[in-house]
Amino acid sequence: MAFTSLQEFFAMGGHGVYVWAAWGVTAALFAASLLQARLERRALLKTLSRRVRRDARRRQTTDPAHSSRPMVDDDA
Amino acid sequence: MWAFIHKFGSPKWFYAISARLEPWCWALAALALGVGTLWGLAVAPADYQQGESFRIIYVHVPAALLAQSIFVAMALSGLVFMVWKIKVADMAATVMAPFGAMMTFAALFSGAVWGIPTWGTWWEWDARLTSMLILLFLYLGVIALRGAFARRDSGARAASLLALVGVINIPIIKYSVEWWYTLHQSATFTLTSRPAMPASMWLPLLIMLVGFYSFFTALTLARTRSEIVKREGDKRWVRALVDKEL
Amino acid sequence: MSTSDAPAPPPAGLWGAFTATLKRDVTLALRRRGDVLNPLVFYALVITLFPIGISPDPERLALIAPGLLWVAALLAALLSLDTLFRGDFEDGTLEQLLLAPQPLTALVMAKVSVHWLLTGLPLSLMAPLLGAMLALPPGSYMVLALSLALGSASLSLIGAIGAALTVGLARGGALLSLLILPLYIPVLIFGTGAVQAAAMGGAGAYLAILGALLALALMLAPLAIAVSLRISING
Repeated sequence: MAFTSLQEFFAMGGHGVYVWAAWGVTAALFAASLLQARLERRALLKTLSRRVRRDARRRQTTDPAHSSRPMVDDDA
Repeated sequence: MWAFIHKFGSPKWFYAISARLEPWCWALAALALGVGTLWGLAVAPADYQQGESFRIIYVHVPAALLAQSIFVAMALSGLVFMVWKIKVADMAATVMAPFGAMMTFAALFSGAVWGIPTWGTWWEWDARLTSMLILLFLYLGVIALRGAFARRDSGARAASLLALVGVINIPIIKYSVEWWYTLHQSATFTLTSRPAMPASMWLPLLIMLVGFYSFFTALTLARTRSEIVKREGDKRWVRALVDKEL
Repeated sequence: MSTSDAPAPPPAGLWGAFTATLKRDVTLALRRRGDVLNPLVFYALVITLFPIGISPDPERLALIAPGLLWVAALLAALLSLDTLFRGDFEDGTLEQLLLAPQPLTALVMAKVSVHWLLTGLPLSLMAPLLGAMLALPPGSYMVLALSLALGSASLSLIGAIGAALTVGLARGGALLSLLILPLYIPVLIFGTGAVQAAAMGGAGAYLAILGALLALALMLAPLAIAVSLRISING
């Protein structure tokens, strides 16, 4: 342990501002990219499920020839 | 060999494999970042010259190294995409670029902040900081070029080519900037190059490096999978995922 | 057509295609003299702005002259890059070049050579005059012209990659400078280094490195330009 008290730890020997700013900004960037990945994934799955449901409804009401987006079977 | 590359390059296969790999990468990242942070911030001894501000090294160096590695990884993905037309490689390159730019910024910011107590000024035209700044511009160029094309495929190929041109130029830029710096400045106190560091100082640095790299790997896998969902939304197997994951 | 008995002209060889492209581009450029003169006028103008903006004191100017002359030349070269492929892109000539039986890299080299002949070379010939106006120390004029001539050839080659990548974009100009300027930094460093070293004698090493950079650019840039053009056109 390099510090004896919590206060000393936060002060960082008078360089607290610099150490915490550098660590804080880096941590914030990590957190932001994590959050962005989560939100992006959720939004994508939501749009996709909406599209799946819409296509299913359409297939029930009209003949399959009118499906606006043809589904592709497997990897091209 | 080729069959393997093409198999791994198929989005469906990649999706399945990376889904299995991803949790391990996240776990390793969380573990290494947690241990490294505690060790680097609280346990490692202070530097006898720089005092506690030395602890910035534990974010500055990993960020700087990762930023350069990501550019190389992005260029390699671009090469794989251009040569073998493997779409997953381009998806990976797409999601790597913003994080690479972020890490470059983190390295620049922590370097600038570190400069205040050590140099007495937050910006010095130091060789390392200058080449990091140029790297940031290179990242911004690749991201902007990809966005400028209306057709995704053209943008992907243009960005791949620019990343390749950039990666050939990075060492040239690095060495010329170093030359320029030593020419204009008598060798001054650089931030990170120092004689033998004791193990209690470099071990946490190593752990932080592992943490940064595994976080990047996990994030790239996760976002590449999202990119697959985005681009291949019309495939049957992608649609089947929706029921499983929502 | 089919009735003509005259044998078809033999397909032009590599050298023939190269010189034909060269001649065509020079002719076209000389018909639009404004486009050729603009970068030169721009160069002179920018250099004029600095003594006004900083100070007319010759000692101070001499100190910053190498950097000023180089940065301004670099910007002047950049200014002219946007038109390198744009005209040919708009009238379809570029597609013809892509379809030509000769390798695109050679044809592209011809176009880049013309760009250097009509911007880089005149800029380097003009630089000593502007250098004299900035009180550049005597003895460095020859090196200034030489370093600019060598360096601007690399600038044309590297810049052409960016021009080829952005030729299909409606507003490629601002993007072009973002893509290209970071790649210009090594040339700038050794170019200004040469001029600064010339005042003390001994710019040889710098000129050698500029030559090495040019050799590397000559080797790799034509390939990158050709690939970029294919991306911009087929895309």
